[in-house]
Amino acid sequence: MRKYEILGNKDTRSGFGAGLLEAGNENENVVALCADLTGSLMMDAFKDKYPERFFQAGIAEANMMGVAAGLAIGGKVPFTGTFANFSTGRVYDQIRQSIAYSNTNVKICASHAGLTLGEDGATHQILEDIGLMKMLPGMTVINPCDYNQTKAATIAIAKMIGPVYLRFGRPKWPVFISEDTPFIIGKALMINEGTDVSIFATGHLVWKAIEAGAILAERGISAEIINIHTIKPLDVDAVIASAKKTGCVVTAEEHQMNGGLGDSIAQLLALKMPTPLEMVAVNDSFGESGTPEELLVKYHLDSQDVVEAAMRAIARKR
Amino acid sequence: MKAVTELQTIATQVRRDIVRMVYDVKSGHPGGSLGCADFLTSLYFKYLKHNPAKFELTGNKEDVFFLSNGHISPVFYSVLARSGYFPVSELSTFRKLNTRLQGHPTTHEGLPGVRVASGSLGQGISVAAGLALEKKLSKDNSTVWVLTGDGELQEGQIWEAVMFSKHYKIDNMIVTVDFNQAQIDGSTGDVMGITELSSKFLAFGWDVLEMDGNDFNSIDTVIPQAQSKLGQGKPIVIIMKTEMGQGVDFMMGSHAWHGKAPSQEQFDHAMAQLPETVLGDY
Repeated sequence: MRKYEILGNKDTRSGFGAGLLEAGNENENVVALCADLTGSLMMDAFKDKYPERFFQAGIAEANMMGVAAGLAIGGKVPFTGTFANFSTGRVYDQIRQSIAYSNTNVKICASHAGLTLGEDGATHQILEDIGLMKMLPGMTVINPCDYNQTKAATIAIAKMIGPVYLRFGRPKWPVFISEDTPFIIGKALMINEGTDVSIFATGHLVWKAIEAGAILAERGISAEIINIHTIKPLDVDAVIASAKKTGCVVTAEEHQMNGGLGDSIAQLLALKMPTPLEMVAVNDSFGESGTPEELLVKYHLDSQDVVEAAMRAIARKR
Repeated sequence: MKAVTELQTIATQVRRDIVRMVYDVKSGHPGGSLGCADFLTSLYFKYLKHNPAKFELTGNKEDVFFLSNGHISPVFYSVLARSGYFPVSELSTFRKLNTRLQGHPTTHEGLPGVRVASGSLGQGISVAAGLALEKKLSKDNSTVWVLTGDGELQEGQIWEAVMFSKHYKIDNMIVTVDFNQAQIDGSTGDVMGITELSSKFLAFGWDVLEMDGNDFNSIDTVIPQAQSKLGQGKPIVIIMKTEMGQGVDFMMGSHAWHGKAPSQEQFDHAMAQLPETVLGDY
């Protein structure tokens, strides 16, 4: 098992803030909108440097999505910022009609996704957003795993044309992807090559998969760990190749089983190459208040849960 | 500048197109379409500075119109075709399989003249405000127009956009409300009152004008007035009184023709009231 050095402890939303500033430096058409959460989304640096390109939208997310679509029609590259539940469920129809169906070049950037939002509880801990967004034709869906990857993803989506959902989180989290790792939209990132089981992880759960890989290695199990940062379009070749090599699969994400990464990979494998598969995800439940670590344990999204899922998957191999 | 008689001829042809399109496919929304025919004919043939022969999605350096109440697509398509965005013959494909003239307008099929999808109500002012901001950022002093229904004002997003537009002093946008006081389930007053409309917009800090959208003299008075208020720090709304079904007697005075096609007998009766024009049917 490859050793990953913890390069720091930073929130992924700060990676977004840093990436947005850099994207703004690179392209004067990049503009940003925020629905009264500028500090939470770490958009202050962009706002302070480019006040004329920053639009405070107030607590009115539906309008913000429409305004972003209008800015995009004229040629700007708008980034909207708010929490993940207000970025998706609250404004689903606006995104569907004015952004996805109209194919406007809007980057929907969503913080505080998943259980690791913590103490605010279930009203704010959306666990359905990946599913909502990936169902929209033409929508690119990205869930980066640490500060550096979130920053790189933010810069990358500014350069592509088309609507994007970029999902990140609130808590400080280990940074382990090097700054110079290229971010290629739609291309899976190999974290650890292995032979016994494939672990496909996204977002904060990539680090949990790495922790699980170390535990499995102590048991003599060689886990292949692949970071699927782009859930849509899915890197089909990478998933198939790894599943073929190891013969069993675990998916890990901070999302409902329904509609998440596991659901995408299960669909792909069922259609192309049926393979034993276990999911580490929230099982049809809302979250609750607690610390991020407590919640990950209670809702079975911890490294130990990834280990157990891997053991179950391996046991199902013929 | 086109004379009123010439605009009247075009509007009559647009009305013929609307009724023929809806009759042909046995579905669509004739009522609001007929009511807005005079306004949209005036806008597209007299007031918009636009380039139908060389359509650019961005709308940079030209006036842009958005239809928020996308269900009145028949009038939108007819006016677009008649002003040269696409061949008039294509109106015959309205609502049929593989058409660019979808039931509700979309950019998805690449129809020139359409810049955003609409149909799900309440979104057009937000989009128009966004493009108006874009024009300000790009130092482009053309105007963004948007038409909404009056029933549509029941959507909460409208008032988010109304607040936003004042906050950002979006004074390069003119909103027109089709105030026909009718919606699918009945009169707006019965379904969900949108009372004191002028006062509402005034209270949000907008400039408010009123117009008779079925009277070319009123249109020719009020649109230049609205244009004269551009660039003064306030968003502008024209509350446009119209009659749903205007021009076809049995479709007027009721909400019944919001979204229904005429029978053959009704179609013949409607056509008899809309004389053929020199422009010719599609």
